[in-house]
Amino acid sequence: MTAILSIDRLNVSFRSGDATVAAVRDVSLEVAAAECVGIVGESGSGKTTMFMAVMRLLARGAHIDGGIHFAGVDMLGSAAHELNRVRGSRLTMIFQDPMTALTPHLTIGRQLCEVLVTHAHMSWSGARRAALDMLERVRIPDPERRLRQHPHELSGGMRQRVMIGMSLLCNPSLLIADEPTSALDVTVQAQIIEILRVLRREMRMATVLISHDLGVVAALADRILVMYAGRIVEGAPMRMLLQRAAHPYTAALLECMPDLAAPRVARMPSLAGTAPAPSERESGCAFAPRCPRAQARCRHERPLLRASGVADHDVACHDPLGA
Amino acid sequence: MSRGRGLRSNPAAITSCVVVAAYVLLALLGPSFSPNDIQTLDWNNVATAPALSGSHWFGTDRLGRDLYARTLEGMRTSLSVGLVGSLISLAVGIAFGAVSGYVGGRTDRLMMRFIEVLSGLPLIFFVILLTVIFGHGRHFLFVAIGAVGWLSMARIVRGQALSIRRRDYIEAAVASGAGAARIIVKHVVPNLMGPVIVYAALTVPQIIMFESFLSFLGLGEQEPHASLGTLIAEGAGEIETAAWILWIPCTILAALLLSLNIIGDGLREALDLKDHPRS
Amino acid sequence: MHRYFLRRLAGAIPTLFIIITLAFFLMRLTPGGPFDQEQALPPEIVANLERAYGLDRPVWVQYGRYLAALAHGDFGPSFKYKDFSVTELIAQGFPVTCELGVIALALALLIGIPLGIVASLHHRSPIDEVAMALAVVGITVPTFVVLPLLGLVFGVHLHWLPVAGWEPKSLRHLVLPVTALTLPPLAYVSRMTRGSLLETMRSPYIRTAFAKGLPLHVVIMRHAMRPALLPVAGYLPPAVASILTGSLVVESIAGLPGIGRYLVQGALNRDYTLVMGMVILYSALLIAMGLIVDLLYAWLDPRIRFET
Repeated sequence: MTAILSIDRLNVSFRSGDATVAAVRDVSLEVAAAECVGIVGESGSGKTTMFMAVMRLLARGAHIDGGIHFAGVDMLGSAAHELNRVRGSRLTMIFQDPMTALTPHLTIGRQLCEVLVTHAHMSWSGARRAALDMLERVRIPDPERRLRQHPHELSGGMRQRVMIGMSLLCNPSLLIADEPTSALDVTVQAQIIEILRVLRREMRMATVLISHDLGVVAALADRILVMYAGRIVEGAPMRMLLQRAAHPYTAALLECMPDLAAPRVARMPSLAGTAPAPSERESGCAFAPRCPRAQARCRHERPLLRASGVADHDVACHDPLGA
Repeated sequence: MSRGRGLRSNPAAITSCVVVAAYVLLALLGPSFSPNDIQTLDWNNVATAPALSGSHWFGTDRLGRDLYARTLEGMRTSLSVGLVGSLISLAVGIAFGAVSGYVGGRTDRLMMRFIEVLSGLPLIFFVILLTVIFGHGRHFLFVAIGAVGWLSMARIVRGQALSIRRRDYIEAAVASGAGAARIIVKHVVPNLMGPVIVYAALTVPQIIMFESFLSFLGLGEQEPHASLGTLIAEGAGEIETAAWILWIPCTILAALLLSLNIIGDGLREALDLKDHPRS
Repeated sequence: MHRYFLRRLAGAIPTLFIIITLAFFLMRLTPGGPFDQEQALPPEIVANLERAYGLDRPVWVQYGRYLAALAHGDFGPSFKYKDFSVTELIAQGFPVTCELGVIALALALLIGIPLGIVASLHHRSPIDEVAMALAVVGITVPTFVVLPLLGLVFGVHLHWLPVAGWEPKSLRHLVLPVTALTLPPLAYVSRMTRGSLLETMRSPYIRTAFAKGLPLHVVIMRHAMRPALLPVAGYLPPAVASILTGSLVVESIAGLPGIGRYLVQGALNRDYTLVMGMVILYSALLIAMGLIVDLLYAWLDPRIRFET
């Protein structure tokens, strides 16, 4: 099946004073139609930057190398008006902080309708009907009133639902959700995840779910990619990753997830050390300093991402678990 | 301190410093190059255009007075008023702001309210009011001008004083029994000089402009003394016949103000201050 | 929102009151009287004049009478222009100054804002640098330098426009004065718009707007302009102040019969009531501007409307 999104050897770096900061290093991935891919990593791992590059939302100073293709459109080579045909209609993105993501002085109705007016060439009044329907689909009560309100009159969870609705108005082929629940309370998180799950199924749309929280990703993703220091270190179908993680970093992440069913432990497991800063140079495997299985080889030779032997399971490690 | 490095990389600011230095030198030493003074009426050379031959390099005005000498006098007026005026507004502003910020509470609120009311109106009108009362003249000019700059200075100083108030060395001083006045003078003031110097630098061109403005309207410097403002006023009346009386002081004033502003902006960027009201 | 406005109004009235009082008592502090300028008058005549103008009463009584007269819009007689009351002079001169000022302010906004937008879109390009350099010049060079120079170039050398004088309904006479008056606020507005827009474009909600595939002009006009214009709205009272100050110069040089010229003449002639009347008028105008700006703020940023 042809991929709806294909990223080919992507490198994203920034100039900061004299230093060059490499946020994304040589990443390749594909998202198939109607597939949900979860991207997991710490802050600074490059997961957000990568998809900002896909959407061409990075500032002018960013240096992007490689290939990004969405549904046949060359995202890096196209002019603004070509990008704008695709962005917001077939390729959409929702962001982490719903409190600041909506324009404060425009009504919810205005911000929803403009998507339809711009992309579907509807009239403002026609778009309003569709906007109301969408608000109902994302389970916002009293949608008529909400359309007339401004963002600051809605709670965080409601604003995020509006964002989701806004991104689905034109039936996108791919929705990129960047930390959609990180800024919300736990109870609200569960609601958002549920909405995403239902709508994704109903609309048969591909999704990229970016999060530092493995739990959130596991709830929705078909396949999970783990990123560390700008690179993909492991990729596997969801169940396989959770049950038989091959990369030591993934294993450590899984161990850190508290299991409510298990007996209480005296000490919560945590991963010592911190991820390297994006401005540091690489020598060998970026995870080696923190890896309990590190060998001499790991510090000099960077492991490449390759098939682990099991179908569909790639890992970048010289000595993967379970090998 | 980063100030030096910041300015050095700013070519406009360097040029401006050179210009201002040239002005000061010219104002101080210039008259010695010319045989003419500001008052002598040279009836042989009434309203003559500037010429490098002869002694009237900048030409003469309708009364035969040498424009070179008068322009230099105007420059001296501007520079001295700028200097004295900003020192006055510095002193008043620091005193007001330091007390207000340090003492805090109701006193602070009252003093700030006072400043708010005053800054809501263009001081120029009040100064004009004052000239009606006290008459025009040089001595009064300095006072009136000091009245312009101290308001924003006081605000800045107060802000600084508020943050300094919480610092450790202040607590130490209070604990050792020092009185408020002593603390303000010995501890608060010396520590807020950084941004204050920059704002003082920025008030100099404001004050010079204000003085020229008053003189232009006839409310400032009086005959026979010259200010760039009076020269420009004179020139404005002579544009059809003796245009040099206009454009020479205009150019000099404009260049001076531009240079001072560029230096002030450069200083502000070098010290990285963000909350100046004027950007 | 009405409560918000009424509260601001209530705060403004004491300010105006203080100004009137301050102006009045400052005037009374003057050594000598308004008639000193004339050749020495015999004391009986001076006494008569003083009685006629009500200057022989105690200060407090004069103050009370002045306030009462003010409430009726009567600023008192002009000491210099003996046949006119200050109110009449204001009525004569105000329309001219008003016309001048309104045109200047409108031009400053209509030209300055688009210039600022263009400069911000070409951030760090030569267009931006040049525009901002020009803005610095516009801000620092005073009006009383600009206007005569303009007159020199366009009036004397090029003979395109008249340098001075005023005829009702004649636009040519207004071109140079209005230009000189417009330049400083225009420079300020364009600089401010540019800076503010650059700042606003970095907001998260602008990123969302781009992600929605909206074209650039829509993102700027619909999403960025209103927040970006907030500082510009805040600049309106100082802009009006700067224009009022500038009008003093412009009217004096160009010989326009507006109230600015009266103020200057009044100051030179030590005409108390005239100067006081002007000061009060100007202050009232500025305070009114401040209130209008508050209303504008509330419209630009809906969040303010709800904080009463």
